[in-house]
Amino acid sequence: MLVGNVLLCVAALIGVSCFAVWACRRPWANSAIYGASAVFCAVALAGAIAALVGGAASTLTLPLGLPWIGMHFRIDALAAVFLCVVNLGGAAAGVFALGYGRHEHAPQRVLPFFPAFLAAMNLVVVADDAFAFLLSWEFMSLTSWALVVSHDRSAETLRAGLIYIVMASFGTLSLLLAFGILAGPDGHYAFSWMRARGPNPNETMIAMFLVLFGAGSKAGIFPLHAWLPLAHPAAPSQVSALMSGVMTKVAVYAFVRIVFDLLGPIDWRLGMVVIGVGAVTALLGVLYALMQHDLKRLLAYHTVENIGIIFVGLGLALAFRANGLTAAAALAVTAALFHVFNHSLFKSLLFFGAGAVQAATGERDMDRLGGLMHTMPRTAVTFLIGAAAISALPPLNGFASEWLTFQAAFLSPSFPQWGLRLLTPASAAILALSAALAAACFVKAFGVTFLGRARSEAVNLARETDKASQFAMFALAGACGVAGVFPGFFTNLLGPVAQFLTAARIPAQAIAAPWSPLLPVAASHNSYSGFVIAGCLIVATAVVAFAIRLVANGASRRGAAWDCGYPDASAMTQYTAGSFAQPIRRVFATIAFRAREMVFMPAPGDTAPAEFKATLHDPAWDLLYTPVGKAVGFLADSLNRFQFLTIRRYLNLVFLTLVFLLTVLALWP
Amino acid sequence: MTATLALQVIQPILVLLLAPLLTGVVRKTKARLQRRRGPSIVQPYRDIIRLLRKESVLAHNASWLFSATPYFVLAATWVAATLVPTFRFDTGLGPAADLIVIVGLLASARFALALAGLDVGTSFGGIGASREMMIATVAEPAMLMLIFSLALVAGTTRLSDIAIFVQSPILGLRISLMLAFVGFVIIAVAENGRIPVDNPSTHLELTMVHEAMVLEYSGRHLALIELAHSTKLLLYVSLISVVFFPWGVAPVGSDMARHGVAILLYIAKLFVGANLLALFELTIAKMRVFRVPQFIGVALMLGLLAALLRLVSRSL
Repeated sequence: MLVGNVLLCVAALIGVSCFAVWACRRPWANSAIYGASAVFCAVALAGAIAALVGGAASTLTLPLGLPWIGMHFRIDALAAVFLCVVNLGGAAAGVFALGYGRHEHAPQRVLPFFPAFLAAMNLVVVADDAFAFLLSWEFMSLTSWALVVSHDRSAETLRAGLIYIVMASFGTLSLLLAFGILAGPDGHYAFSWMRARGPNPNETMIAMFLVLFGAGSKAGIFPLHAWLPLAHPAAPSQVSALMSGVMTKVAVYAFVRIVFDLLGPIDWRLGMVVIGVGAVTALLGVLYALMQHDLKRLLAYHTVENIGIIFVGLGLALAFRANGLTAAAALAVTAALFHVFNHSLFKSLLFFGAGAVQAATGERDMDRLGGLMHTMPRTAVTFLIGAAAISALPPLNGFASEWLTFQAAFLSPSFPQWGLRLLTPASAAILALSAALAAACFVKAFGVTFLGRARSEAVNLARETDKASQFAMFALAGACGVAGVFPGFFTNLLGPVAQFLTAARIPAQAIAAPWSPLLPVAASHNSYSGFVIAGCLIVATAVVAFAIRLVANGASRRGAAWDCGYPDASAMTQYTAGSFAQPIRRVFATIAFRAREMVFMPAPGDTAPAEFKATLHDPAWDLLYTPVGKAVGFLADSLNRFQFLTIRRYLNLVFLTLVFLLTVLALWP
Repeated sequence: MTATLALQVIQPILVLLLAPLLTGVVRKTKARLQRRRGPSIVQPYRDIIRLLRKESVLAHNASWLFSATPYFVLAATWVAATLVPTFRFDTGLGPAADLIVIVGLLASARFALALAGLDVGTSFGGIGASREMMIATVAEPAMLMLIFSLALVAGTTRLSDIAIFVQSPILGLRISLMLAFVGFVIIAVAENGRIPVDNPSTHLELTMVHEAMVLEYSGRHLALIELAHSTKLLLYVSLISVVFFPWGVAPVGSDMARHGVAILLYIAKLFVGANLLALFELTIAKMRVFRVPQFIGVALMLGLLAALLRLVSRSL
């Protein structure tokens, strides 16, 4: 009973959470709670891998919840993949927090919620009826909300918490309505019943948009991403890693489960909508990220970008499936799910690195860091690997999954519809643009934080992070390398999922011979072997190094930086996050964010300082949230009048309402 | 068997050996067109040897990344150049990589070089890294669009297959291929930092991009960077010649004599490419850095147009 094992782990995690309420102030609580969380996640991970390899779906009904329904749980291939993602991320976060958690000022505000959050995410993935799903979903939202507002009581965190809880409620409401439509007039809530029922096309369309809003707001698609860059950085770093690396993936799971599995056939136009939303999200996400100088917020915006890439893959899969091109749909869905896995690896890794930097220096602002390569060399190496992986550079894993997404996009000439034929190349170009922008952004993030000279005294006092955190970071960096060099192994594991969702799978890859290339489509000649490329790079580097050692003058001398003869006296003259991004801001953000630069030069002879001002406008806030917020405020103010009426007027209102309702009842057909 | 193995070893060595010569030819032709005598075409070799003999000066706060980057940059560029068929279609690594992988490898090299530019913490390094990445963000989507249009014509993104398809007699005059050719030339000019995007022969000028990034390098490290830069130029010239002018490249299973002819033809193509590049550079002025996105945008539009034409009609 695989699902039983996972549920036992969930129960154990909830038990740990209750235990933490009692134990959280003890000196050993940190190690005990995080250690236990990591162990139970690892056990659940083993169960999930067994389910993925075993293949057979496993179900269980517990007599909990609503008395006449019970709670249904089920693990199939799709759930198993996402359980792997959740528990791998959970275990890594637990190990990282073994050391990192000691920096926590108020552990009693974090420790009880951490295992509960992990348990909630597991429950969402194994839920097999709408009631269990929504309950777990809300449990996940609330525990993560508690973790977001746990950290401190600054106004910024409270604002993040408020926006998060509003957006989370909106998302749950959308999902609730979507399940209402799926359940139909008879109101059966088990997923198996919804699958069998098959809604009509109009219902499908409405439900699909509701799911896009509900799951999309949790995943962070534009313009519903607004809470994400506020809430993710506000939490402690191990929780930021979980929220960005794992919880957004649970939202992707919700989308895939409902749209691919429960909704049945979907019109190709809806696939087009998803591709378009994904492409816009990817591009704007990375552009937002480039404008940031807070390291954790930059990473949070990159989550928005990667969710966009995943949704482009899912949209392509929907469009291919709607046209009966199952092989291409399988490729697109494999690419998207492989990217889900890869992103959970490198995003957790990067947040761990940012957390280590924050713990060592007390700074998240990149413009006050610099030169950490010398004081925190191991954190720097792992962050560099994560940065290269997220920038889609070969031979790491980010490149492998983006390469697969491009291969899926290259199959667009087989679409019968003109709209898709034209949209797909355009979205592929946008994906290439966002990959290039991501590379620029991570040159900035790594370069300004870890390279150069120290911009504040805190950097010189920084010490390398503890062994447990280092272990977690090196393990994830190693996983990024392995997934990049042996992508065929992972796409093979995703085969049953593709089979389940699209009724086809990409060709099984020969993994016995590690140098054999990844072949996404049987007929095509396109192939990529991460193993060969990594091998060639290593051999070429070795040959070059050997040749240089043989023929060149090996002497090195240390001296002052040359800098064309104008060495900078102060570390503050170095390029900062803002100055690095300035050319890109000028080229791209002038339109997207209405970025403007103003220089005030005082008149000659005037001793006033010159001023430079750069302004940005966030389109999501300007065009959506601020007007909606104003409208809600206006409505609340208008209704406020009803609070201060005399008793006569209240009685009048009651009477009029009664008359109105009776009239309606009388006229109702 | 041994002959194939020998050819597979010759290819990467040939690429690395010819690269400085190509740079030398470009410089010589430019000089002659400007009515200067110019340095000998083997001057780049002499420069590299001279640099290799000198000691390397590292800034006080340069980290290991700074000294490791030249090795990685040359290795990545070299691997990418080896993946491009030069004188024979079978590179031995054909199934391991397609055109996107080559672009990815060059992006890796650029990523490392931009980080090295930021490592010492000087303003010149910063400006170079920042602008290099800005140009890359415009050039990469354009490159992908062009690859897309090629894939639409040839049905694959593997380079040798594209070349074999272009060589085949069934292919008539294709407008989409011509547009893609112009686009590729623009990308090649931008990626290699040639005029009008960047000027490889300037120092101490605010418009410089690549040179600003590698300003702190000296000795053997600078030699490696220079060699990598030449190799990248050779890569782009080979790429354009094998995709658009694949005639004379030795097919799979040719004998040694055929391969000898193919090598000579390849070198001749490189000479022609170098001369055309020099001529192009002389007829145009350096652009302001913020005009560059518009210049590369032309390549993106050409790629889109080529893809569109191809979608509209099978024969265009």
